[in-house]
Amino acid sequence: MTVSVQEVPGVGSEEPVHQEPTGFWRRYIFSVDHKMIGRQYLLLSAAMALVGGFLAYGLRWQLAFPDTWVPGLGFIGPETYNVLITMHGTTMVFFVAMPMLLGGFGNFLIPLMIGARDMAFPRLNMLSFWTIFTGSLVLLASYVVPGGAAAGGWTGYAPLSARPIYTGVNWGLNLWLLAHAIEFASFLMGGVNFLTTAMTMRAPGMTFFRLPLIVWQELTAAVVFLLSVGPLIAGAVMLLMDRIAGTSFFVPAGGGDPLLWQHLFWFFGHPEVYVVLLPAAGLACEVLPVFCRKPLFGYRWIVYSTFAAGILSFIVWAHHMFVSGMDPRLAMPFSITTILISVPFAIMVFAMIATLWGGSIRFATPMLFALGFLAMFICGGLTGIFNGSAPANIPLHGTYFIVAHFHYTLLSGVFFGGFAGLYFWFPKMFGRMLNERLGKVHFWLTLIAFNATFFPMHFLGLAGMVRRISNPLQYPSLEPLQAVNVFITLSAIGLILAQVPFAFNIVRSLRAGEPAPANPWEATTLEWSTASPPPHDNWGETAPAVYRWAYEYSSPDAGEDWLPQDRLLALKP
Amino acid sequence: MEAIATLPGAAAAHRGKVGIWWFLASEIMVFGGLIASYIISRMGGPGWEAEAHHLSVPLASLNTLILLTSSLTMVLACAAAERRDLGGVRTYLLCTIVLGLAFLGIKAFEYSGKIAAGILPGSAPFWSFYYTMTGLHGLHVLAGIVVNTLFFLGAAKVVRHPHRVEMGGLYWHFVDVVWIFLFPLLYLA
Repeated sequence: MTVSVQEVPGVGSEEPVHQEPTGFWRRYIFSVDHKMIGRQYLLLSAAMALVGGFLAYGLRWQLAFPDTWVPGLGFIGPETYNVLITMHGTTMVFFVAMPMLLGGFGNFLIPLMIGARDMAFPRLNMLSFWTIFTGSLVLLASYVVPGGAAAGGWTGYAPLSARPIYTGVNWGLNLWLLAHAIEFASFLMGGVNFLTTAMTMRAPGMTFFRLPLIVWQELTAAVVFLLSVGPLIAGAVMLLMDRIAGTSFFVPAGGGDPLLWQHLFWFFGHPEVYVVLLPAAGLACEVLPVFCRKPLFGYRWIVYSTFAAGILSFIVWAHHMFVSGMDPRLAMPFSITTILISVPFAIMVFAMIATLWGGSIRFATPMLFALGFLAMFICGGLTGIFNGSAPANIPLHGTYFIVAHFHYTLLSGVFFGGFAGLYFWFPKMFGRMLNERLGKVHFWLTLIAFNATFFPMHFLGLAGMVRRISNPLQYPSLEPLQAVNVFITLSAIGLILAQVPFAFNIVRSLRAGEPAPANPWEATTLEWSTASPPPHDNWGETAPAVYRWAYEYSSPDAGEDWLPQDRLLALKP
Repeated sequence: MEAIATLPGAAAAHRGKVGIWWFLASEIMVFGGLIASYIISRMGGPGWEAEAHHLSVPLASLNTLILLTSSLTMVLACAAAERRDLGGVRTYLLCTIVLGLAFLGIKAFEYSGKIAAGILPGSAPFWSFYYTMTGLHGLHVLAGIVVNTLFFLGAAKVVRHPHRVEMGGLYWHFVDVVWIFLFPLLYLA
């Protein structure tokens, strides 16, 4: 062999992967440091959440006070309403939830938790962020092109989306498709990076079954995304061909089949739910044992349940299509698989509850949000059982019951799971403590406003309030329900305003927060063994070695009630 | 000492291979979705076979031969890189690039003939799938040619990191295998 170390610098696990840059651009903008990239993803997600929240405000105002002047937006007719609802869904799922839960937490946590110095492909990591950044710009640009932004629903159902004349939106919808394509490319890069990093760069002693759960759940989400997005990429190419090349994949008049789009969309769309939900559940799984001072209950069962949920997520998609006109014989098998997929999630939820059982619970803000996730997700999971079985789904599918369900599942994950993670790891990310009092105010206001917004939607849906209408007052049967719509809209505005203490808390802490110690929560996973924030190469001189699993709390052998993963021996009492 | 000195290179090669296999898994699903849509649509309606008869099997057979040969030259380029044989890497990469371009040239000739005969993507569902599937595959061939050209231009560096050629080769074989599916599905069935 003629190769020497000098010729292949910086690729060994014990070598710093790259030197710490000193210039502003290399350090803060075009950074290859996973910790900076993770924070960039979080910032992007927060910026896009402002856009998505503003859209929600507009569409809720229209539903409560139809065809009146919306403060800050102007008059919203049915066409603009369609734009708002389409862009709200797209923005929140693809440009808020995924960048936050995968891009943000995945990038920041995976290398730290497995004891690596960076991702396997740091430059690919940088590229993935700037790719989704470009995708976000494309999505925002679609508002200002002639004809306005996409108005085909966030699911882009054909044939409505397949010909520009049907929605009156030409370039807006093409750019919408392009923004998706760019976003998918970004997360494909990210997913490959996550998986390669965790498979090849774990610290000595970090066996797969010593990985913290959030790592398992990020990895499962990455695999599920990688393997489910392909058919939708194919579908997006076909839809674009329908729009610009005159093909008829999804247009019945030309011999196409609109249901084919729905199959391709939901083949990805349902696994996508778990791509978002699993990391959120993982964040809660990390937070719960720390604040219960108790080992996590059923670690392996949660890991296996995560796999089972990931696998089953590929064979449940048609439960979104019970009323689409597909072959009714498909309703039974897809109902059965959907009921089956509630089993692994029930196991996870029971494991979380059992972790709480008998613990010495500390009600710090991260714990409150983790408990909030648990409670809200159980509500959403229970309505999922109704929606998943075809006989109940058919009358419910077109109503606000569905809207309530997916906000209780998805938004509980993003909101409560995401905030649990953010309050928990903020000291590690930024080196400052957040204010606990403001955090608790934020939690209680959010919890109350969240339930006031989405809980009445169950009843609204059961009472017959249909989805996809811009003006309920056009239907005499819905007029008596209008007071509920007004209440929901006011609560939704309250939910948005409830984020003000959070924003204030962040700004205040970044400017003048109390400096964070290395391990403020007395937690066991590896990232707490290094400084807050961690140095550029994460560990300084010596990278950690791992001696045990991630949840050794209240061990009778230890003097303290927690035993970090990288500590060889317990301090004797 | 020598074993320690080569460890970082081996680690990078291992990482690269793990990464490229995950990437290919996602690519399989892209073409898998397209091919499944094609098969299901074709089973759902009559008249597809008559449309398919407008395609030239001899040209496609020639193209199959060209692409399979290019996979051989790609493997030879990988082997040359492992031997750190700079001349061999350059020669075989150039062969692969030329064969790839030949494939695209014949494909372009087929397209232009069809378009001249008035057969467009919107003419029938079969042609929608034909243009989309072969077009997407053609873009992948083009991407492979670009990657191989970069290797060719930086051959001196590539010889020091032979795993890069191997990763490019894995992608090139994948593109080849996709064509092995498209050829019978579109031309022969």
